[in-house]
Amino acid sequence: MIFKKTLMAGALGVSLVASMALQAAETIKVGVLHSLSGTMAISETTLKDTVLMMVEEQNKKGGLLGKKLEAVVVDPASNWPLFAEKTRELLTKEKVDVIFGCWTSVSRKSVLPVIEELNGLMFYPVQYEGEESSKNVFYTGAAPNQQAIPAVDYLMNDLGVKRWVLAGTDYVYPRTTNKILESYLKAKGVADKDIMINYTPFGHSDWQSIVSEIKKFGSEGKATAVVSTINGDANVPFYKELANQGISAEDIPVVAFSVGEEELSGIDTGPLVGHMAAWNYFQSVDNKANAAFIKQWHKFIGDKKRVTNDPMEATYIGFEMWAKAVEKAGTTDVDKVEQALIGIEVPNLTGGMAVMNKNHHLSKPVLIGEIQDDGQFEVVWETDGVVPGDAWSDFLPGSKDLIADWTKPIKCGNYNTKTKTCSGQNY
Amino acid sequence: MMSGNALLERGGMGATFAATTTRWVVGILFVLTLLASMANLLIPQDSALHVSTYTITLLGKYLCYALLALAVDVVWGYCGVLSLGHAAFFALGGYGMGMYLMRQIGDRGVYGNPELPDFMVFLNWDALPWYWFGMDQFWFAMLMALLVPGLLAFVFGWLAFRSRVTGVYLSIMTQALTYALMLAFFRNEMGFGGNNGLTDFKDILGFSLQSDNVRVVLFATTAFMLAAAYVASHFIMSSRFGRVIVSIRDSEARTRFMGYRTENYKVWLFVYSALLAAVAGALYVPQVGIINPGEFSPINSIEVVVWVALGGRGTLYGAIIGAILVNYAKTRFTAILPDGWLFALGALFVLVTLFLPKGIAGLLAKIKPAKGSGNGDGGVAAEGASS
Amino acid sequence: MNVLPISRLCLALVLLLASSLSLGQEQAEAPAAAETEVAVQAPAESSAERVQTILQQLAEANYREKARLITTLDQLSGKEMLPLYSAMLEGELHYLPGDLSLYRVTEAGEVTSLFTQQAAASVMADELEKIRVNNSLRKQLRESIARIQLLYGDKGEREIAAATLLDNMSDESIALLQKARASEQDVDVLGLLDAGIAMYTATTSDSTAERVSAVRSLSGRLESPVRNLLTQLADKEREDDDAVRQAAASALKDIEGKIKFFELTETVFFGMSLGSVLLLAAIGLAITFGVMGVINMAHGEMIMLGAYTTYVVQLLLPQWLELSVLIAIPAAFLVSGAVGVIIERTVIRHLHGRALETLLATFGISLILQQLVRTVFSPLNRQVATPEWLSGSWVINPVFSLTYNRLAILIFALVVFVALLLIMKRTSLGLYVRAVSQNRDMAKAMGIKTERVDMMTFGLGSGIAGVAGVALSQLTNVGPNLGQSYIIDSFMVVVFGGVGNLFGTLVGAFSLGIANKFLEPATGAVLANILILVFIILFIQKRPKGLFPQKGRAAE
Repeated sequence: MIFKKTLMAGALGVSLVASMALQAAETIKVGVLHSLSGTMAISETTLKDTVLMMVEEQNKKGGLLGKKLEAVVVDPASNWPLFAEKTRELLTKEKVDVIFGCWTSVSRKSVLPVIEELNGLMFYPVQYEGEESSKNVFYTGAAPNQQAIPAVDYLMNDLGVKRWVLAGTDYVYPRTTNKILESYLKAKGVADKDIMINYTPFGHSDWQSIVSEIKKFGSEGKATAVVSTINGDANVPFYKELANQGISAEDIPVVAFSVGEEELSGIDTGPLVGHMAAWNYFQSVDNKANAAFIKQWHKFIGDKKRVTNDPMEATYIGFEMWAKAVEKAGTTDVDKVEQALIGIEVPNLTGGMAVMNKNHHLSKPVLIGEIQDDGQFEVVWETDGVVPGDAWSDFLPGSKDLIADWTKPIKCGNYNTKTKTCSGQNY
Repeated sequence: MMSGNALLERGGMGATFAATTTRWVVGILFVLTLLASMANLLIPQDSALHVSTYTITLLGKYLCYALLALAVDVVWGYCGVLSLGHAAFFALGGYGMGMYLMRQIGDRGVYGNPELPDFMVFLNWDALPWYWFGMDQFWFAMLMALLVPGLLAFVFGWLAFRSRVTGVYLSIMTQALTYALMLAFFRNEMGFGGNNGLTDFKDILGFSLQSDNVRVVLFATTAFMLAAAYVASHFIMSSRFGRVIVSIRDSEARTRFMGYRTENYKVWLFVYSALLAAVAGALYVPQVGIINPGEFSPINSIEVVVWVALGGRGTLYGAIIGAILVNYAKTRFTAILPDGWLFALGALFVLVTLFLPKGIAGLLAKIKPAKGSGNGDGGVAAEGASS
Repeated sequence: MNVLPISRLCLALVLLLASSLSLGQEQAEAPAAAETEVAVQAPAESSAERVQTILQQLAEANYREKARLITTLDQLSGKEMLPLYSAMLEGELHYLPGDLSLYRVTEAGEVTSLFTQQAAASVMADELEKIRVNNSLRKQLRESIARIQLLYGDKGEREIAAATLLDNMSDESIALLQKARASEQDVDVLGLLDAGIAMYTATTSDSTAERVSAVRSLSGRLESPVRNLLTQLADKEREDDDAVRQAAASALKDIEGKIKFFELTETVFFGMSLGSVLLLAAIGLAITFGVMGVINMAHGEMIMLGAYTTYVVQLLLPQWLELSVLIAIPAAFLVSGAVGVIIERTVIRHLHGRALETLLATFGISLILQQLVRTVFSPLNRQVATPEWLSGSWVINPVFSLTYNRLAILIFALVVFVALLLIMKRTSLGLYVRAVSQNRDMAKAMGIKTERVDMMTFGLGSGIAGVAGVALSQLTNVGPNLGQSYIIDSFMVVVFGGVGNLFGTLVGAFSLGIANKFLEPATGAVLANILILVFIILFIQKRPKGLFPQKGRAAE
């Protein structure tokens, strides 16, 4: 052990000297861990391109700390164990300084032990179920309180919705979101019989029965809305069936948390006009920063028709924050960058500032948009200011006493405020 | 078509060759494991000779796949039963191990519940479901990891082989089996963690899974199990039982007319193969750190079959070569050609079936024609049973 | 627009206050106008002026203000506002930022003046700003339109209008219903109007007898507002009058019996529809797998290619959107068929008699085709538009309607099936195919060019898969994974029905589809799927050759 340490120290000294000489040639490596094949390629490829664009842009500005950035792209092929393996590859073989990656919860869960063991740094750009805060991960997508709860508030207060269909794909994100919503709705006095919960498998394509059930549920005289956490591929047939069975947004509006501009680009949105989505970003938001981002994206991808979406903004914010933190810390060392990141502010593309909080989640505004016939969203409602992301939901019995705080003295992602203990940490 | 006698004789002739290869395979495995482990543990990290933990886990994964491929080869290459559902046995074995590892987390989960795994706390379950009981005992968990897939294979095989479901029908049914299991395990109500599966493991038998030593031990155990499975399979295949199995592959009807209860032979071979797959799965989980219903996916089973075909079915070492080669290619390609590796993989499958019907083992046998003919024949002879 | 600067917010607040103040006045005036029933002819000049100002205000108002403005417009004017409402509802209403004048921009991008419908040559579409509407506005507009169309629309419009008004009965709308009733001739519309009036009577009348007879007249009506009202009236806690309660309960029972029947019919239709999708997906496989014995794992990708062909056809012929699906059918057949022929020529021919190995090779091909599509078309789903005639549903009654696309696919699947059956039974190709599949050597000896037949058969099977892709493009995602989701189901259907038997595939597809849909409400979609799979596994143990096994020597 001692031998190893002296050796390492020696190596460090040598490398320090060497780095002086080699600085021009050295690069900062940015790992990109998004599926380029398999079922998730449909969503994740865009994020890979976004990171590449950001790297290119940063290099045009002269890189970071006087070094150029170099993107290392790998393909975890929508295979969850492969995500863990590729993370290990990125961190030990490629020795990347930061990873941008993952989409599904299971891929993140698969990466988590590895990234904690090897003390890597990852930015996770997708809205997710919360109930997690890792020292090594920064969550730039929305937590449930930044998407689901404001959306339900809007439906309840502005549209007077009294009956609720919580429809989702059977996996952890919809399950958590629906649980949170169920307890939230009940707290607001909604009766059991006015809540219908439905789960379907991934890629469900035959929605006839379920849509017809929703129609029946909604025809009982009270304003009804569908809160949809239906994932990816299952959405197109769902919306097609809705439209064909004549359920318009005025009768039973659907508010979705996983349907953005990119998903809509695969659907004829004519019959969907008026259905809603809740996000932290919409392409249609009229803002200088956003216009510049869209222009840059079109130029990079070489296609003026490509849309931008919320996970892209989350990637953008994550990247900008990381770059700022590296400048601030003067190093890419994970522990230093991690501490530097807390409190960093980066302008949102929709206006205002996104702040990285102590729990590694962002404060962001929440927008609700209605689908337009051109496949874009029109913002109909937004929160007054930014909403801080909650790592642990206040509406779940298991987690209402938990908080995450990565600053001293707590320094814990899983701190029980009642028992004052920190549990479930891997480092 | 050859007569039954000639067949049995041929099996005997191949046996000497097979015995040599067994020595080779076991020897190579032993040396490789020893070298890799030493290079990981003893040689300092910055030495050029150091084998990183990444490589060790990767090798461990390959060996698990090799064991799975061996399992498929035993039933397909030797008995002509093309199972497109071996991923099911693999995954069930993996879930057995995963459940044990899950219980080992104890109160270190995010919700700090000493009894229930995190996902159950989250689903508001207040007690462990009955099928989770005892899984905190290693021996019991391992017993279950073997018993459940073994039993499933027995029931399925007993039903299918007795009703003489053969060929393509059997393949499609095995596929349906693994597909149904996949859908079932995706359901959160099943109590196996749904889509996320089981993950975030900490310890095995009290040792931290993150330490290099444990990784090396796991890797060495996998290598040992593979060698043991190889020797056992070799022994079975060169026994009288094995010769009946091969004759079933070449002509089941004829074997039956000779008085053998072919369905019994097939059932036991199927169970044996399922057990090998389960062992592979149980060893796979602690090394990759996650088990989820995706492992049941029918595509996975087909891939295993492709490894075996590539390596050369009907030869035990062929299955191992195929599994390691394809997976190594996958690792390399996904890093070098992230956008186009599926083209390469797809083309590989097509070209191998077209030009290497006997796989790489066939190619090796061609190089050493005098010794290899006996076993290399497997590929061609298998058609009699399958078409 | 979205992040309002404080100054704009203040302005909006002031405007809001102002408009709510003016609204107060209008509300005070409104009943007076209604009494004389001449809201439209109210003091001509002042009303016209006010309409004019409102129209101007509409341009820059926020959603709440817009709602108030429209309410005012409703009271001030009549059917001449129809173009405004419908343009607004369709999202075609625009304004010129300079003078706040209103225009309609049609879907094709033409600018017309709002009320005269004439082309407005002086204004370009890109100078105009869209007037946005949201859901609650759309709902309001629909009601406003209904109120106009109930009196002035054609039969269909009047029917929709009456149904819309049932949803929201008020003192105001009852007056309208009664007015419409006086001039209405059509039986269907009359029925709706009567129902509305009866609903009103049943809730508001003081006489028990009147209420009971009103409730009785509602018996058998399937509209959901009627049902909801009756549920209320039959509820002990909400209704004191015993006679009314009993009448409501019996009317409700009558309605529920009817609904149950229609629900059953609906489930059968859903099952048949699912069955028709399975049939389409599987029938190509029934040829390549069932007849030729090739385990074609790339079958799903043939379907996918067909769906992408539909996309390309729409891309190339944007002006023929309505016909694109029909054009895509032969195109997809040719594309997938051609790819099938190429696969047969280059790969499968060489694997003759090695059925299980075709599985491996075609699995490789499926990977290549998927990645090819990803490279050419990007991994994103492509948008395939649904033509007008395939959208929406055929409303038979308020609780039972059949969606046109499902109905069309059901018919289409049967047509394809019959066509295929005819090909197999009535053409020389079919004869050859059957001959080759039964005894290849004998067929060869009879002078049949077996290689050619193989090629044609595989092409035919693949082509049919492509046609299935056209149909699926109307139901689900057109993306690289499309094929994967159908391949296992297709194999199940063919094996369940009996390999080599087209009729078995038909029966298999429909029975699995219907069984699935009957299970689904009880067990949920996932469990239904699992149960069906387990059933098939057990069934095959009982009948190893499927529902309709091939008989005779060919079967061995």
